[in-house]
Amino acid sequence: MVTDDALLERARAAAAAVTDPELPPLTVDDLGILREVRLDNGTVEVAITPTYSGCPAMREIADAIAAAVREAGAAKVRVRLVLTPAWTTDWLTDAARGKLLDLGIAPPEPGQGTEALFGRSNVPCPRCHSTNTERISAFGSTACKALHRCLNCREPFEAFKCH
Amino acid sequence: MTTTSITLSETPRVQTYLALADDALVLGHRTSEWTGHAPLLEEELALANIALDLIGQARMLYQAAGDLTGHSEDELAYLRDPPAFRNALIMELPNGDFAFTIARLFLVSVASDQKWRRGFDDPALTAVAEKAMKETAYHVRHAAEWLIRLGDATEESHRRAQDAIDALWPFTGEMTEIREPWLHAVAPILHRATLRQPNDGWMQSGGRAGRHSEHLGHLLAEMQVLPRTYPGATW
Repeated sequence: MVTDDALLERARAAAAAVTDPELPPLTVDDLGILREVRLDNGTVEVAITPTYSGCPAMREIADAIAAAVREAGAAKVRVRLVLTPAWTTDWLTDAARGKLLDLGIAPPEPGQGTEALFGRSNVPCPRCHSTNTERISAFGSTACKALHRCLNCREPFEAFKCH
Repeated sequence: MTTTSITLSETPRVQTYLALADDALVLGHRTSEWTGHAPLLEEELALANIALDLIGQARMLYQAAGDLTGHSEDELAYLRDPPAFRNALIMELPNGDFAFTIARLFLVSVASDQKWRRGFDDPALTAVAEKAMKETAYHVRHAAEWLIRLGDATEESHRRAQDAIDALWPFTGEMTEIREPWLHAVAPILHRATLRQPNDGWMQSGGRAGRHSEHLGHLLAEMQVLPRTYPGATW
C-alpha cells in the first residue's frame, strides 16, 4: 500500500521530468509550466499552464504527463490546463536558459510585457556572444522562437521570444 | 453533410464568447490558407504561426463557451451552420492578394489588441485575454511592418495596398466596438505607409447576427467536411 504522500511525491517527480517534444532537453519543470500536483478523491490531478495559445506541443505534453504519472503508480490521472496567471518566459528556470544556450538558441530576455516582447533586436549570439546581430524574421520554426543572424560569426540562430 | 448541426440557446454571454471565438477561428482558418503559398519562406512561417495563434485563441474561447453551453470545442467549431456563426464579416472575406491579407491582418489585429487590453469583467475572458494580448501585439507589429513596406515601395505595391485598405474599410465598423482609439492607432501607420485613410461612411454589418456573405459557407464546408462526414473520427 502506497501512502498518499509517497504517491504524490512520485507523481510530481514523474510529471516534472516530462520533456518538451520540440525541445527535448527541456523538462516541463525547466519550462515553468507545471503548476500543481494534487490528489482529488483518488485521482492525481496535474495542473499545467499552456505556453502559447496555439502551441501544438501542449497536447503531447499533457498526454505524456498523464502517461508518466500513471507509470509512477497512479490509477487515475487528470491533466488540467490553467490559464491564469498566464505563463511568461520569466518562469523559465536558470537551468532552462543554460540548456537553450547549449542548443544554440538565445534564451529570452528577462522581463515580461511589450517592451521585452519587442526587446532588443540585437540579441546576443548564443555561439560567439557578440551583440552585433540582427533579426531576420519575427517568426520561426515554432511559436516560441524567432530567427536572428550574427553579423560577427555569420551564424544564423534562433532566439526564444520574450512572452 | 451528414451530421446534424447543434442548436444553442444563446444568452448574451454566450454570444459574446462566440463572437470572439468565431472571429479568431475564421480569420485563423483564412490565414492558414496561405500555408504553402506565401511569397517567401519567412512569410510562410509567419502566417502559419499567426494562424496557429488565432486557432489556439479560438480553442480557449470555445472551451470557455463550452462551460456555458455544454458543447465541446469541436462541436462548436464543426457542427454549426453559417447563420449560427457570430464573426464579423471582415474575417470571412477571401484572402485576395498578399496586400489584402496584410491590410486585413493589420486592421483586425489593432482592434483585437485594444479589445484584449481593455479587459473584461468576466474571469474566463480575462484569462484568455492575458495570453492573447502578447500574441496579438506581435501580429500588429508584423502586419504594420509589412503594410509600411508595401505602401511605401513600388507603384504597384502601393496601389494594391491602397485598394485593399479602401475595400476593407467599410467592413471595419462591425469589429470596432469603440471607434476613436482604433482610428487613433491605425492612422500613424497608414501615414508612414503613405496610404490614404478612407473616411468613415456606410459600414457593412450583419455577421454578429448571423447574416454572412457566401464566403463563410464555402470556408465552413471545407473546414467541417471531415468531422461531419465521419462523426467522431480520430487520428
